[in-house]
Amino acid sequence: MKLTPLFKKLCDAFGPSSLEDEVREIILNEITPRAASVKVDKIGNIIAFKKGKSARRKKLLFSSHMDEVGFMIRHIDDDGYAYFGTVGGINESVIPGKKVVIGENRIPGVISAKAIHLQTPDERGVSPSVEKLYIDIGAKSKADTLTRLCVGDMATFAPDFEYFGSDRVKSKAIDDRFGCYALCELIKKDLPYDAFFAFTVQEEEGCRGAAAVAFGEAPDEVVIVESTTAADIQGVPEHQRACVLGQGAVISFMDNSTLYPRSAIENIKTLCNENNIKWQLKTLVAGGNEARVYQTSQNPAVVAAVSAPVRYIHSPACVADISDLAEVEKLLLKLAESGLVS
Amino acid sequence: MKTIKRYIETFSVTGNEEELRELISKDMESYADSIKTDAMGNLICFKKGGDSSKKTMLAAHMDEIGFVVTFIENSGLLRVSNVGGIRPINSAYGEVVFKNGVKGVIVIEENTKPGDIAVKKMIVDIGAKTKKDAEKQVSVGDFLTLTQRVTKLKNKRFAAKAFDDRLGCAALVEASRLVKVPKYDTFFVFTVQEEVGLRGSKAAAGGILPDFSLACDVTPTYDSVGSDPGEVKLGGGAAIKIKDSSVICSKVIVDTLTRLAKEKNIKYQYEILNAGGTDTASMQLAGGGSYAGCVSIPTRYVHSPVELIDLKDYENAVALIAAFVEEGV
Repeated sequence: MKLTPLFKKLCDAFGPSSLEDEVREIILNEITPRAASVKVDKIGNIIAFKKGKSARRKKLLFSSHMDEVGFMIRHIDDDGYAYFGTVGGINESVIPGKKVVIGENRIPGVISAKAIHLQTPDERGVSPSVEKLYIDIGAKSKADTLTRLCVGDMATFAPDFEYFGSDRVKSKAIDDRFGCYALCELIKKDLPYDAFFAFTVQEEEGCRGAAAVAFGEAPDEVVIVESTTAADIQGVPEHQRACVLGQGAVISFMDNSTLYPRSAIENIKTLCNENNIKWQLKTLVAGGNEARVYQTSQNPAVVAAVSAPVRYIHSPACVADISDLAEVEKLLLKLAESGLVS
Repeated sequence: MKTIKRYIETFSVTGNEEELRELISKDMESYADSIKTDAMGNLICFKKGGDSSKKTMLAAHMDEIGFVVTFIENSGLLRVSNVGGIRPINSAYGEVVFKNGVKGVIVIEENTKPGDIAVKKMIVDIGAKTKKDAEKQVSVGDFLTLTQRVTKLKNKRFAAKAFDDRLGCAALVEASRLVKVPKYDTFFVFTVQEEVGLRGSKAAAGGILPDFSLACDVTPTYDSVGSDPGEVKLGGGAAIKIKDSSVICSKVIVDTLTRLAKEKNIKYQYEILNAGGTDTASMQLAGGGSYAGCVSIPTRYVHSPVELIDLKDYENAVALIAAFVEEGV
């Protein structure tokens, strides 16, 4: 299985929550020729309708989010350093010393980190709080910085997508450009039944875009296509690994935001088994996704989450296994045929 | 007590409310004009009122806290995660049951220091000899709860798990039987997934868009040894909620409930709860908002296998709910 160049393009695109424009443009260019209708709502979600060979009685929607975690500049000091807050959840210990790009002009910057030579014994082994970190854009003064960026500008980890190791990929924002990629590829195929696709905004800030889709589209069945934390790393006991790279599509039964209906989970397992699709259960109740807002909307939908296992999520170097991505894609095609509820 | 007992004996961990829904649906059949279940699993029973210009929604949640299997060790012991607000110490070393009837015990990992006790240190032992042996009867993703048992104590007091919120469900069912014609079109809603963040009621209230709403749930008391100072006492009557951490009840509902209680000689007390949320919150915020309140039933040791109630408080709550439905605001 090969990934098309679209995957790299999506991962490298700039898209912190609420500034998903670049990602949206890429997706619109990809899907517009292949979908029956495509619209962008007022908050920025893309909603596409793909005509299948036949109509479906229940309205089926696939949903993935376009945004990624990032930073917002909140203060520029007299030396020209830019202090920031996080947009979405980022582990503090991941932040120091990373490369970022800022704002419309994608100004490069680095996040401060005290060299070990300068650290006091108390500071060693402790991650500094976000409030104390700043971005250095190489400016010589506050005025110099202000010519290039201003308070309110947003930043993301610097793009540097790479093929990596044995059939693995490494990039920022695989969460959830993988989902966007998988939905684009699905739209390009001939589908047996009608299906709807949502590419949402502001998931990392509380599933805000999806709330608007749930209300506006009122789907009956929703499949969330996500990237989920693989904790198959050193120091984590086997029972807390959540999911494992190379073990296939991840099916969730419960996370911090949703209990998935048993019947839908069983249908997905059966689909996988009948079609030789490798799958695993997410064996840790952690994280959450847009399923919550679709399930609790005033027109509650039957929901399921199908994810790719991804290590080091919400960092500049998320790692995924291409074979898992392929299994998810195979499963999505089958779900487009059968729906969630038989 | 018979209805309450039947409800408690039915498996209904959050997300697995099907059996209880069947049971309640049958109990509401003769009363309701129509009954439906929405996609989340909420049971919505409609009764036409004398005045159809307004809508009343009542809510009690069918689900209870429990556990879900997340991993099966090679030894056949099961790892679990909590479903809803579990205090590990409250459920440790008790008997548990799965939906398919498999029994087990829940314990804490050997040699765990008291300060380290947490759900991730809990193990369920179903007597399996190996992982393969365990997998014959349970799978990752299966839900379980503490064993259903009701103990009768002195003074019409009872102890059991899951009075939260089978009492509320039973109260709505019994109240419906006391009401001939509701003042407004009335929806008796038995909600799902309250214990994980009021999820069911959010969907149901969004669908119904009520003008007036009333939840019925349990509330902790402040009258046991070591309790913080507070108002609600066991045997002190139906508790009219003023506030919990999810909601400040609409004054018009608090005032109406107080007036009705006085007029009908129903023993009542006020409830101000420092922690915990109820379906009241989602109903108050639904659509353009509704006037929302809650009648609570005082309960000691909430979220433990020995939640303790005074049946007289329950009876007062039933009477107060019935009066509210019949006479409205």
